[in-house]
Amino acid sequence: MLLYLVPFAAVAIFLVAVVARLVRIYSLPVHLRWELYPVAHEQNAAYGGSFFEHVDWWQQPRAKRHVGELKVMVPEILFLVGVREHNRPLWARTFPFHFGLYLSAGLIALLLLGGVLQAAGVTVAGSAGFPGAAVHWLTVVFAYAGTGLCLIGALALLLRRLSDPVLRTHSAPADLWNLVAFVATGGLALLAFLVCDRDLALLRGFTQRVVTFRLGGEVPTLLAIAIVAASAMVAYVPTTHMAHFFTKWFMYHDVRWNDEVNTVGSKLEKKIQAQLAYKVDWAAPHIQGGGTKTWVDVATEEVAKR
Amino acid sequence: MSQPIPFSDVGRPSAQLGHLDDRDLVPLPRPYDTWAEKPLPPLSAKARETYECSLDDTCAVSFPRPKSKSEEDELVRKFLSGLAKLFTSNNNWTFLQPLVLSMDHCAKCQTCAEACHIYEESGRNELYRPTFRSEVLRRLYFKHRSGGSLLSAWHHGDIDIDWTTVARLLELAYRCNLCRRCAQTCPVGVDNGLIAHEIRKLFSAELGIAAKEIHEKGSMLQLKVGSSTGMNAIVVKDNIEFIDEDMTEKTGVKVQTHWDVEGADVLLMHNAGEILAWPENPGAFAVILEAAGISWTLSSDLAAYDAINYGLWYDDAQFARVALLHAQAAKKLGVKKIVIGECGHAHKAMMVIADRVLTGDLNIPRESAMVLLDDLVASGRLKLDPSRNDFPVTLHDPCNLVRLMGVVEPQRRVVRKIAPQFREMEPHGVHNYCCGGGSGFAIMSGHNFAEWRLRAASRKKFRQILEAFRDDVDPTHPKYVCAPCSNCKGAIRDLLAHYEAGPKAGIYYGGLVELIVNAMVDVKPGFLSFGEP
Ligand code: SF4
Ligand code: SF4
Repeated sequence: MLLYLVPFAAVAIFLVAVVARLVRIYSLPVHLRWELYPVAHEQNAAYGGSFFEHVDWWQQPRAKRHVGELKVMVPEILFLVGVREHNRPLWARTFPFHFGLYLSAGLIALLLLGGVLQAAGVTVAGSAGFPGAAVHWLTVVFAYAGTGLCLIGALALLLRRLSDPVLRTHSAPADLWNLVAFVATGGLALLAFLVCDRDLALLRGFTQRVVTFRLGGEVPTLLAIAIVAASAMVAYVPTTHMAHFFTKWFMYHDVRWNDEVNTVGSKLEKKIQAQLAYKVDWAAPHIQGGGTKTWVDVATEEVAKR
Repeated sequence: MSQPIPFSDVGRPSAQLGHLDDRDLVPLPRPYDTWAEKPLPPLSAKARETYECSLDDTCAVSFPRPKSKSEEDELVRKFLSGLAKLFTSNNNWTFLQPLVLSMDHCAKCQTCAEACHIYEESGRNELYRPTFRSEVLRRLYFKHRSGGSLLSAWHHGDIDIDWTTVARLLELAYRCNLCRRCAQTCPVGVDNGLIAHEIRKLFSAELGIAAKEIHEKGSMLQLKVGSSTGMNAIVVKDNIEFIDEDMTEKTGVKVQTHWDVEGADVLLMHNAGEILAWPENPGAFAVILEAAGISWTLSSDLAAYDAINYGLWYDDAQFARVALLHAQAAKKLGVKKIVIGECGHAHKAMMVIADRVLTGDLNIPRESAMVLLDDLVASGRLKLDPSRNDFPVTLHDPCNLVRLMGVVEPQRRVVRKIAPQFREMEPHGVHNYCCGGGSGFAIMSGHNFAEWRLRAASRKKFRQILEAFRDDVDPTHPKYVCAPCSNCKGAIRDLLAHYEAGPKAGIYYGGLVELIVNAMVDVKPGFLSFGEP
């Protein structure tokens, strides 16, 4: 019974951690522009050009090519093209790791789908008809490829981090632990599949009972341990810097590519005006905010008198 | 290649934490393959005794060493207070979101390191690894925030919170050009250039500590007198009058700079350093604008005749003050637009960063001179003879203008049109390398800092220049590095002088407008005079 609570707890912690980060990011004020070219939605993103290249740019219509962002973001997330371009040795290790994680996330989705289908009376098995067979075989492929790649990638990353003096020096204990945890989880999951759940039927059954809240039924010990380990990782990842799996979107979209122009009377201008009224308490002699001066006060005071 | 520096060493007092060994510098190509680099002149014993110089072989800030332990403790206390303020909305709304994202998500993969010219050219010196200073700040921040908890040390790594660490972090913030080339390669989106910027800001805004060339003799002087050059309005007008006369004589066309013309189409803003160091640049602008019949003016208002805004590199308050003065001058004259002359950081300051500072009627349109010049050349309003520029020309891409603003093609279109032997540096455009003068380095020259800059920060640019001209190293064939940015020109000037690149390889430098004027048929031939004083 306790085992059945673990995935719920993991998902709850995952959601809380993700939402907390989202709230934190969204609650931060509008920042000054800090874009970095190429900006993917620009017409001339191919060479890194911007709207500033046009005469009287403020009078020109601005057409952002959002598809340009997708064209950069999707291969970046799926295939880590940036790492491939700038750090091949790392890519050889981190790509299998990340792709393994994506497949593992896909596995969870397939298990959920399989569980729901089974609960609805659809047989999910290799010999069943569509969609049961498709879900079955996809689940098997995602399970072995996902955990296998994750294990190999994490192991390769761990060995590199331990053997490279620079990486080792820059690593906090948690950086090493994270990789050890992934190796252990990937290894346990793979072992559990091979030893006691080759066609993933037990895990799908477990998932079915979880989604239908029929929280009971035996699970082999090894599989149970793997479930606990994987759940722990699901809960743990968004509480660490590995939250970059979703915060990366903000780092690209809200910083690197954020070139929204402030125009008179715009919503953006209103936000800026509100922020210019924030009280400053920087203490240096040339500011002496003291928590009483606003940004406008600081920017407009006569420095010659200081 | 230096050894990794354990973070536990950062707070441990020693003569210096790292060392730039001349033998580690990456060898240069022909004709400098046999060039014997002079050793970096050592810091004097007096400098080491007087100032906080325990990071490496140079000293950028010259902060006096505290005289007692209690003074040190007080400085650490102030630093920690600033560190806390750096992460508050009221004090740092300007950069809080990018900072938080960069602090929280580094995967420590070191992909960014190879993109950094300082790290690479110094022989991969660990001190100049883009993540090194960021990691020091990160560890300090998380340790302080958690009250020094073991969990934080486990999560983020440990570091000593003491004056030695703080003093070294201060200097570390001035070993980065803020060029953000590293940020382009970070797969996560972490920006180590931004972190260096924020460290500078913390020290400046809370402790009043900054490199004196950019604060005391930079933005403060500009706010008090009108220009970091020290020129007040009367002096600047005198100088421009002299330039007009000189240019009239040199070009054979009447050159007239206009001051404070109400309702002009264009308020032109120069980096005032040009007026003193490269007077032919504002002069060439005047020749071009007059020839094209543009309605233009300069402003003699406080700070408005100097487009610089050093606050961009270290202090948001100073930045906002200068940006405001620039905008107020334009508003007062009622001009249609401000055009920024050949100064990269002034471009970024006024067009990008000030965009979310200037509101209402201060939000006056701002344009790059590159765009205006491109328009004038393309439209045929200037009569040009490219054969006058029939010598090898390469183009330097100022980081602020190109990587950080996306103004890539206009200046190229001009150069392609007027310079038949134009060739690109590699890499170029948004993937260019900094000249080594970025973020104030071009004007910082305390102790041996300028010498350090030549060896570590500017060396990559020299390599790129040599490679662009590798087909012709004959010193009797003049070659031109076109650098449309005042700070870049300063760095390139020092670089070419250090390597005697004029007499040794025939390499000279200048701006874009000079190259245009050299090709103008109405101008006496020989506007550019290579190698002549
Ligand atoms: S800043 Fe980016 S590239 Fe550099 S170590 Fe961190 S995650 Fe890797
Ligand atoms: S911003 Fe430029 S100089 Fe600074 S660390 Fe990055 S690449 Fe190096």
